[in-house]
Amino acid sequence: MNLRYSDADEKFRAELRAWLAGEVPKHGAPPPRHDWDARRAWDTGWQRKLFDAGYAGVNWPKAYGGRGATLTEELVYYEETARAKAPYVGMNFVGLRHGGPTLIAEGSELQKKRHLPRILRGEEVWCQGFSEPTAGSDLAALKTAAVRDGDHYAVTGHKIWTSFAQRADFCELLVRTNPSAPKHKGISWLILPMDLPGIEIRPLPTLRGESDFSEMFLEKVRVPSENLVGAENDGWRITNVTLRFERGTAWAADIMELSQFLRDLARLAKRLTRDDASAWEDKALRKELGRLAAEADALWALMKWQIGEVQKTGVPGLGGSALKLAYTELNQRVYELGHRLLGRAGFARDDFAGLPIVEINDTFLNTFSLTIAAGSSQIQRNIVSERILGMPREPR
Amino acid sequence: MNFSLNDDQLALQQGIRDFCEQEFPLDALAALEKAPVTRERWKQLADMGVFSLRLPEAQGGVGLGMAEAVLVFAELGRRLVPGPLVWSHLLAGTIEGAAAGDAIVGGLDDTHPTNRPQLIEHAGVLDAFVLLGRAGAERAPASALAGADLATPLDPLTPVRHVAALPRGARIADGALAAEWLRDGALLTAAFQLGIAEVTLELAVEYAKKREQFDRPIASFQAIKHLAADMYVRSELARAAVYAAGATRDDPAIGDAGRAISSARVVAGDAALKNARMCVQIYGGMGFTWEMPPHYYLKRALLLEHAFGTTEDHSEAVAESTGS
Repeated sequence: MNLRYSDADEKFRAELRAWLAGEVPKHGAPPPRHDWDARRAWDTGWQRKLFDAGYAGVNWPKAYGGRGATLTEELVYYEETARAKAPYVGMNFVGLRHGGPTLIAEGSELQKKRHLPRILRGEEVWCQGFSEPTAGSDLAALKTAAVRDGDHYAVTGHKIWTSFAQRADFCELLVRTNPSAPKHKGISWLILPMDLPGIEIRPLPTLRGESDFSEMFLEKVRVPSENLVGAENDGWRITNVTLRFERGTAWAADIMELSQFLRDLARLAKRLTRDDASAWEDKALRKELGRLAAEADALWALMKWQIGEVQKTGVPGLGGSALKLAYTELNQRVYELGHRLLGRAGFARDDFAGLPIVEINDTFLNTFSLTIAAGSSQIQRNIVSERILGMPREPR
Repeated sequence: MNFSLNDDQLALQQGIRDFCEQEFPLDALAALEKAPVTRERWKQLADMGVFSLRLPEAQGGVGLGMAEAVLVFAELGRRLVPGPLVWSHLLAGTIEGAAAGDAIVGGLDDTHPTNRPQLIEHAGVLDAFVLLGRAGAERAPASALAGADLATPLDPLTPVRHVAALPRGARIADGALAAEWLRDGALLTAAFQLGIAEVTLELAVEYAKKREQFDRPIASFQAIKHLAADMYVRSELARAAVYAAGATRDDPAIGDAGRAISSARVVAGDAALKNARMCVQIYGGMGFTWEMPPHYYLKRALLLEHAFGTTEDHSEAVAESTGS
C-alpha cells in the first residue's frame, strides 16, 4: 500500500493547476439552463480547450487523442478540476465517462479511430439509449428490435430517459437482435448516429422543470452494421462493461466536487445569520456537516481502491455498485443540508440576495435522479447482496 | 499510488488472523467472561507484536507503521479480543514492560474533564494507569484506582470500576505527545471498529443463508438482502478510510493525518455500531439470546464509541477542517 502521489503526478498537478487558474475564469459563467444550444457550446467548448492543452482523456490511449497517462494522474485531474471549479463535464458525460471507455475496451479499431478523438475534442456528444418504458430495472427485457438487412440493421423501438438526446450526435443503443434467445442472450450494443431518418425525439420535462431527458422513438432506422460494438448478441456482456464504468469510475470527479461543495457550504454557513449568530455557531449543523464530509473522504479513499482494481483488470469491478450506492445517497443528504441551510430563501430557483440558490437547489433536485439512474439504489443492493455477498438471486 | 496491501502486509494480516481465530474462537466468547484478560494471553498478544509493532527495532520493536497497525487492530476487532489493547500499544515505548506484555497498561481519555462518573475499564488487571488530558499525560500506579467494580458491566468482556477520584501521578507526556496519542488511539479504535463491522456483516450473511422460513433461506428476501448490502457498503467505506488514514499517518506527504483519522473514526464507528445492530436484527430471536455472538459485538461497539473521542467529537473535527 502506497498512497503517495509520485513526483511525476505532482508535476502534472502543478502544471494543471496553473493552467486551470488561467483558463477557468476565462470560460465565463454557465449559460441559462433552458438554452440548450448555448449549454452544448459551453460544455463542448471547455472540452476543446482541455484537448488543446493536452488534458482531455488523461487516461485514454495516445493513439486516440488521449494523454496516455496513468489512472493516478486522472485522479489528480479530478482533484484539481474540482478545486478550480472547472466546468462540469455536462453533456460530455456519456461519451467521456462510459461510452468512450466502453469503445476503448470493446470497440473495433475503426470505431475507436472514428469516435474517441472526436469525443475528446468536444466534437461528438453522446447519449444513452438503454431504458425502455417496459425495461427499466429489468433492463434485459428490452424490446427495441434490430433486424439485419444486408449491411444494415433496421431498428424499431421506443427508448426513454435519454438525457441530452435532442443535442447528441451518437447514442449507445441497446437492441434485441435475437428475439427467440433467452432475454440476456439476444441483445446487441450499437452506435446510433442521431441524424439518421426515422428517429423522433420527444422531450420529457423533469421535476427540475427542464427537458434534460427525452423519449426516443425509432422507426425502421437503418444503422450500418459496422456500428455493432462487439459480437452480435453479445451485447449484455458489453452492457455490463458500460455499466461497470458508469457505476464504478464515472463518479470520481463528482465525489471530489462534493467535497469541494461541502467546503463551500461551511463558508456559506459562516456568513449566514441564524438567531443572532452565524449558522456555523450551530454545533448540530457542524456535526452533521462533519459527518457528511467524513463520508465523502471515505468515498474518495474507496474510489482510489477501485482505481487500483481497474489498473489490474481494465474494467471496474462489482464493487462499483457499492460506490454508486454510497455516492448517490450521500449526495442527496449533502444537498439536502445545503437546501436546509438556505432556509426560506430555498423557496426560490434563481439566485438572489447574493445566495447561490441555483448551485444548491438545482443540484439538490437533480440528486433525486442519481439514486434511480444507472440502476436504482435497490438494484445496486440486489447486485451487492447477490453477486458480492452470494445471497440467493431474485427471479430474472 | 497503489492501495493494495503488499505481500508483507498480507502475511502480517494472515498471521494475526490465524492467531486470533485459534485463541479467541467465536464459540468461546462466553468462556472469556470470567477472566477476559489474563497475563498468559497478554503475553501471547505481546509475542504476536500487538504492542511493540510500531516501536523501532533498536528498542526491541517490530519497526512497522500505522498502515500495518490498523491491519492488526482490525483483526483483533474481528475476534473481539478483550483488554486495554490500544493503551498498551500506545504506551509501548514509554512504560517499561508494556511492549513485552509484562505490564498491562490501561488509561482514560480525560479530554472532556466534565464527563462524570468515571468508569475505568479493566481496572482490576492493570499494572499502570495513564490519564490523558489536553495539557499532557500522567502515569499513576494502578493501585491508586480505588473504587468498586460494577457487578454487571454492559460489555461482559469489559469489566469496569467506578472510581471516586482519578489518581494523579508522574507527568509522562506534554500536550503535543498527548494529542498524538489521542489521535493514534482514535485510529486504532477505528481499526478495531472496522473489524467489528466486517465480522458482523459476515455473521449476518452466513446466518441468513442457513436460516429458513417460508421454505426458503431468509437470505433470499430482499428485506434482508438490502440490509446486508448496506452493511457491506459501510464496511467497505470504513476499510478504505481506515487504511488510507493509516498510510497518511505514516507519510505526511499524503495529506492531513488528523483529518484522515477523524474521518476514518467517524465512518468506522458508524459502521461498527450499525452493522452490529443489524446483525442482532438479522439473527432474529436468536440475536436476542446471550449464547449467540452478535450481542457481544454490539456491546463492544457501544463502548468503543467513547474511546479517544466520540463520533460526534470527530465529526466536529472534520467540520472544523472543512470550514478552515
